[in-house]
Amino acid sequence: MIDPSKIHLNPDKILVGELVAGLKKNQERYGYGSCPCRLAFGVKEKDADIVCPCVYRDADVEEFGNCYCALYVSEDVVNGVKKTRPIPERRPKNLQKGLAEDSV
Amino acid sequence: MQHVEGKSDKKITLYALSTCPWCRKVKTLLNELGVAYDFEDVDLLNEEEDAKTTKEILKWTSDLSFPLVIIDGKKVIQGFQEEEIRKELA
Repeated sequence: MIDPSKIHLNPDKILVGELVAGLKKNQERYGYGSCPCRLAFGVKEKDADIVCPCVYRDADVEEFGNCYCALYVSEDVVNGVKKTRPIPERRPKNLQKGLAEDSV
Repeated sequence: MQHVEGKSDKKITLYALSTCPWCRKVKTLLNELGVAYDFEDVDLLNEEEDAKTTKEILKWTSDLSFPLVIIDGKKVIQGFQEEEIRKELA
């Protein structure tokens, strides 16, 4: 597992600003800062795994170089060796809105 | 669903989240390309519309993931894949 000290904020300050604004909006409307790039249930217990930093962050940064929304990146991305890119959703299907049994 | 006017050679639908900068980048790209498209910010829908839209999205993809672009009811592009979108709409 990746050493958390090797996980960094994305050096793209404009992107980080937009992601933080999204987190703030979620904090205001849901009461918790869930991932701005995922559709939340609006119920804290159901979204506990996607409250930033999400539980998938470390594994995604380790495997792909960035987390799902790319707020967090690896040292390779910071050093310009690697670029951020869209990555597959690691959140299990049975926890996703519309797919979870008690969705909506 | 909101509509943006432009060249309408292809039918383009974008499912997005209002809080997601990558979704915003897709909108900016589509605007730059001057194509017509329909879009929905799914997080702004009420519960009933949300359930209906989520169901529609899951006809196209196995994960609830944004941004999602559907071109002519067959090509599905997940994530801000700039080159792929440009290529499809060239």
